[in-house]
Amino acid sequence: MKNETKVERKSDRELVVTRTFDAPARIVFDAWTKPELLKRWWAPKTFGIEMLACEVDARTGGKYRMVFTFTGKDMKPMEFFGKYIEVTPCSRLVWTNEEGVDGAVTTTTFEEKDGKTLVTVSDLYPSKEALDAQIASGATGGACETHQQLDELLVTLK
Amino acid sequence: MVQYSKARLDASFAAISDTTRRGVLEQLVRGDASITALADKFHMTLTGMKKHVGVLEDAGLVTTEKVGRVRTCKLGPRRLDEETAWLERYRAMWAARFDTLDDVVEELKRKENIR
Repeated sequence: MKNETKVERKSDRELVVTRTFDAPARIVFDAWTKPELLKRWWAPKTFGIEMLACEVDARTGGKYRMVFTFTGKDMKPMEFFGKYIEVTPCSRLVWTNEEGVDGAVTTTTFEEKDGKTLVTVSDLYPSKEALDAQIASGATGGACETHQQLDELLVTLK
Repeated sequence: MVQYSKARLDASFAAISDTTRRGVLEQLVRGDASITALADKFHMTLTGMKKHVGVLEDAGLVTTEKVGRVRTCKLGPRRLDEETAWLERYRAMWAARFDTLDDVVEELKRKENIR
């Protein structure tokens, strides 16, 4: 049984994702900050995308760059990049998303309790308009075909 | 952007967070179906399917109508608005990621125990 992933639009310009992992914070934090571990889960196979590059320097002021391509599709690779504003080992990561205008600042916290870790990912957009635009674009950063199909299905529901 | 109550969003998420219920919605896009037919299609008991349909009904995604002894299901009066659909896709994206992260974390835990 998988732990539940929850999403909430906490305010006009903030999106929050939470999930608990059955492991101490230092292990979960490692998986978020070591590129060889990060690339194993950030773009799972079900997304239908392939990770071409995963450069991560998880230190305060360090940069990251991830490049993806759609498997079997003639599309330009997508690139995501930014820098780490704050890195507190085993507890807190703050990074910018600079691939587009009005990108969010992402704050991820790791809270350990009884050997389990609650991970909270918060995307804070510069304005309500910026988050509304992200939603209107339809892009989630995951680009999973199954989800696109689900979305199409949901839109056809009358 | 239209504001939706949290309870309503929760009901929508709960309704479509389940594989069978998404399957039922897909099925109903193709045409109305009786609960018996849906139960058959998804290899479930009648009681199990009634519960799923009940959740979809509460969320306004499905309506049912009883004619004689047959209860027929059809798509409900409400389609998910754009924001709800996006949030669900966003949630599903993170859930897929995190389910894979579980495997990485388990492996790291095992390695730590061996050391």
